[in-house]
Amino acid sequence: MKTTHRTLFVAVALLLAGASPGLGQTMDEYDAPTTVTIDSLSELYEPVIFSHVRHTKLAGCKDCHHHTTGHQDMHPNCVRCHLHSPPSQTVSCKDCHTRQQFYPEQVTELSNPNIYHIDKPGLKGAYHLNCIPCHVEKNAPSHCEGCHAMTDAGKDFFYLTDKTSATTKNKDNRVR
Amino acid sequence: MKKLINRRRFLQGSLVASAAATFPLAKNTAAATFEGYPDSMGVLVDLSRCVGCRSCEAACNKEQNLPAPEKPFNDFSVFDELSHGQKRRTDETRYTVVNRHDIPGLNHPLFRKIQCNHCLEPACLTSCFVNAYTKTPEGAVIYDASVCVGCRTCMIACPFNIPAFRYSSAFDPKIMKCIFCHDTRLVKGLPPACVEACPQEVMTFGRRTDILEMGRQRIRENPAAYVDHIYGEHEAGGTAWMYLSPVPFEQVEFNTAVPKEPILNYVKDFLSIVPMVLTIWPALFTGIHLLATKKEKMEQQKKSEGSES
Repeated sequence: MKTTHRTLFVAVALLLAGASPGLGQTMDEYDAPTTVTIDSLSELYEPVIFSHVRHTKLAGCKDCHHHTTGHQDMHPNCVRCHLHSPPSQTVSCKDCHTRQQFYPEQVTELSNPNIYHIDKPGLKGAYHLNCIPCHVEKNAPSHCEGCHAMTDAGKDFFYLTDKTSATTKNKDNRVR
Repeated sequence: MKKLINRRRFLQGSLVASAAATFPLAKNTAAATFEGYPDSMGVLVDLSRCVGCRSCEAACNKEQNLPAPEKPFNDFSVFDELSHGQKRRTDETRYTVVNRHDIPGLNHPLFRKIQCNHCLEPACLTSCFVNAYTKTPEGAVIYDASVCVGCRTCMIACPFNIPAFRYSSAFDPKIMKCIFCHDTRLVKGLPPACVEACPQEVMTFGRRTDILEMGRQRIRENPAAYVDHIYGEHEAGGTAWMYLSPVPFEQVEFNTAVPKEPILNYVKDFLSIVPMVLTIWPALFTGIHLLATKKEKMEQQKKSEGSES
């Protein structure tokens, strides 16, 4: 369990000082990282320094990690097959949810009749679909820059910089 | 008397001949229904996931080298813009737009992305008399500006109001519309730029048959979250882009009056007769006219001959 927890979320899991064990928690908080730097997708936005320890106090393991740790996820659709599944060795999102999504090999693989999970989100989708509904519900920041600041590339992408307007073909078209 | 019989025979014969030439052709074209290229690609859009961040609009602008927008792409005041009482739509500067829809009884708005739906049997394509449009085996409906004469019939034909005309250039007619990122991505098997940019994975890219299956699975596994319908599975004869919605589609301003058959089917029979009418009718009626007036002419000739003698 220790090795798998260490790879939680993305490549750079910063194992800082061990978190104090929470009382009554099923999860081995000794093993869980304090913070996780989510940076494998950062391009238009800065990496997210995710406080794992803070989130463990707000939600149970299965709320984010579904069937992989702690309590069994009792979602009726999951228990059809996973009622007796042991805790999974993989807990990191990126170990199942791929950074690249809808690439050609993945698209053709869907014709394999043995695959049940045909509708698995990519890594970016998995993060946002997992985080945003809860943030909205708990009144936590839910707009883009509430979690990650925009990079210069992002500002160019969204036409926020003066540099962008000067380099684009139709700068006269632009009213700000 | 002999002449009369000849005329009747001629009329009968010509009518039978033209009917025989017309009907087998009409029958053949009506029977040839096109169900789309096998393994063509599509996109499933799940309206329940969209948060209206407009990243897809920004990605499309960059990928297609479109002009700079009036407001930056993270300016959400555009959702309140109305033009002639209507929400934003695609035009010569944008191939896709996201609009906000406030749904009565729902505590949050829904967002709906608009772009070309890439019909299996596109009305724009069939309405174009210079064949400027092509439905590619990959699934995209692409457009060739070099043959376009700027008649804009496609804009009338499209049931989704997608093709836009570049009014800013009078001598170089060009229709501007989403091309499914055909040249830069689709031919390489890659998803379009908007799909890749979406943080919420609102759009699922894959073979149309596979994503239909996914759509059905999402409805089956979460029946409370969706209406039991995939918009685009049959609308306008089927489209490559299809939609799932948590509320009835008319509440998100989808055109639910779009027929289930390709638009072409409504005019196919009629249109197949047009060339026949144009080629046969002039000759046929000239012949009838000549025969009908021959007797008079001959009588006139006889009269004038009689009066001369």
